[in-house]
Amino acid sequence: MTETVDRSIRSIRNFFPRLGGWFSLFRESRIGVIGVCGIAFFSLLALLHPILLGTVWDPKMYDPLTPSLPHPPPNPAPPSADHWLGTDPYGSDVLSQLMHGAGSALLLGTVAALVTVILATVVGAAAAYYGGLFDAVFMRLADLILMTPMLVILIFISTFFELKLLPLAVWIGVFAGLGGTVLVVKAQALAVKNRAYIDAARANGGSSGYILLRHIIPHLAPISLLYMMFTVTEAVFSEAVLSYFGLIDAKMTWGMMIHSAAVSGYLLRPEVWWLVLPAGASITLLCSSFYLVGRALDGIVHPRLRAR
Amino acid sequence: MPDPRGWKSETVMRRYVVLRLGQIVLTYFLFLVLIYFLLEALPGNFLGALFGESRLTAGQLDALGAQLGLQGSAAERFLQWMGGFLRGDLGISLSQYPRPVMEILAERAPRTLALFLAATLLSFSFGFFAGKILAMRRGTAFETTVTVGGITLYTVFTPWFALWLLWIFAYALRLFPVGKFITYEMWEAGAPDANAVFRHLLLGGLMLAMVAWAVFRRTARLIPARKRAVRTASIAAALLVFCGYWIVTGQAAYVLDILYHMALPVLTLTLISFGGTMLLTRSSMLETMREDYVLLARAKGLPESEIRDRHIARGALLPVVTTLVFSLAFAIGGGVITESIFSWEGMGYTLMEAVTLSDIPLAVGAMAFTGLLVLAAHLAADLLYAFLDPRIRYG
Repeated sequence: MTETVDRSIRSIRNFFPRLGGWFSLFRESRIGVIGVCGIAFFSLLALLHPILLGTVWDPKMYDPLTPSLPHPPPNPAPPSADHWLGTDPYGSDVLSQLMHGAGSALLLGTVAALVTVILATVVGAAAAYYGGLFDAVFMRLADLILMTPMLVILIFISTFFELKLLPLAVWIGVFAGLGGTVLVVKAQALAVKNRAYIDAARANGGSSGYILLRHIIPHLAPISLLYMMFTVTEAVFSEAVLSYFGLIDAKMTWGMMIHSAAVSGYLLRPEVWWLVLPAGASITLLCSSFYLVGRALDGIVHPRLRAR
Repeated sequence: MPDPRGWKSETVMRRYVVLRLGQIVLTYFLFLVLIYFLLEALPGNFLGALFGESRLTAGQLDALGAQLGLQGSAAERFLQWMGGFLRGDLGISLSQYPRPVMEILAERAPRTLALFLAATLLSFSFGFFAGKILAMRRGTAFETTVTVGGITLYTVFTPWFALWLLWIFAYALRLFPVGKFITYEMWEAGAPDANAVFRHLLLGGLMLAMVAWAVFRRTARLIPARKRAVRTASIAAALLVFCGYWIVTGQAAYVLDILYHMALPVLTLTLISFGGTMLLTRSSMLETMREDYVLLARAKGLPESEIRDRHIARGALLPVVTTLVFSLAFAIGGGVITESIFSWEGMGYTLMEAVTLSDIPLAVGAMAFTGLLVLAAHLAADLLYAFLDPRIRYG
């Protein structure tokens, strides 16, 4: 048992050579710790939601989507002991919606970021390593994606595909991965490709696949991790904007909360602040938490930015 | 392959530019094909959107379609459009029939340019200034506070934030107007053409910038005490000439009205975007700080502010300038969110309107325009990079 754990830790260390060192550096950076606290807070909200619904909260009243027994009118009702963040115009509990939305946002962000990073790393490494036609095709594709306004692409996709949460996450991941991120990753891969140890590996008979997987991609891990954080921010933000314009068909997200407040005419009414402020603030806080972590990683990945 | 004759060798640079231009033409053509057919593939067409519920017969609709150039297949329409495009004709807008697309874009581009140029330049100056200070104070509580604050604004949910600013400043405090880019009552009879005033405003700003640049170039070698006096006096004189021009031509009130309407959107855009420049400047400054010439400046005993502004910030400017070039190119595309919240009828607003109304000529025209600028900016940024940093070579 211990031996297996030990071996797997060692193999992770082997694959990502500087992981342990980074961790201690990361703890020293204050903004990174602030960001991690923010992410932990929203993860906790998302995890607590199903537990609360099963125990303290009666699902009939606290269901985030369509409670069978909504809060009696007048709605929206201000915060009370039963409803800490009040109720929405239809009598649903805002806190329950907010917690459910936290889960949606984290899921969306994680899936989009994983798709982006996998695509950008594989395509970027291969484009840098093989060059030629493969490189040219994917670089021109990146240009095209960067030139086309994102909103037009998303309107187009939303007409032809039902935009539920997961497909949206995959689409955002694909466009972010094959657009801007692959350019950055490829530039990094080009620098790695010309190092002496790549020549040494080839001289020792390493195949292209082996060199890519064992030598190039691990050295792209830092920059990929950095862009993973930025993609989460981008994905959560895009979802919120799309929902705000009423373009997607997700069940309950923070953007939908603002959208439904807007269509019922409560957007600019400070006296019903609990309809928009919690959702708007959550979008901003979660996005900035991931961005802060990304910035902290930036300082670690680029050694010249370190204090010592 | 390093060039033995040095990086600035004319032929190498020329070959690189020609190669890139060729690629740009190819990419641009692909882009036009792509957006044209994407828009054509969207369900619903212009006639359906407009007359879907009227009692026009199929024959009458066909006749209307023929008149608007909607007959034939998508490929035929594309070829026809492409032919027009090569002759410099972007066709006629459907939703604003019979205005040519070129005319609509010429009317709306200056509005977007004025708004986003002002906001981009302001947020870059402010971000650069803030980033300089952050870099010098690394590791302090001040740095953490400003960084977290800047990032929060940078990642804020834009529609929500913009609406709140609009609510606070325009509705509660009544400091700024709500929406639109002019006060209509003021511009009714006898007023100059709003778009002409807009163009004059842009031209004036450009000339002012050129004068300022020329003054800074000419005075670069003067002794510091005189330099400041000469610069202040010349810029003040130039400003006075411009204000005088507006007053004499009787346009001053109208220009002020436009600026008054621009204030709130510019403030919003500056607040949400300075964070990016601030963090970029900080990173760039931290890298430059380790250069030997900074150590030399310290050893010479120069004052810290002098080292910061004249030695480190100079060297740290390169990546900031490159992103500025990019931002300026994207500025012409405008922001759909900002423009629709502030009812600013610029490029982003036009594009959104054209796409929702299936006005294909207008939508394609708008994107053809912005796409070209993005490609040009990409090339300009690469060349600028090579020009500013002798270590980078192409070829």
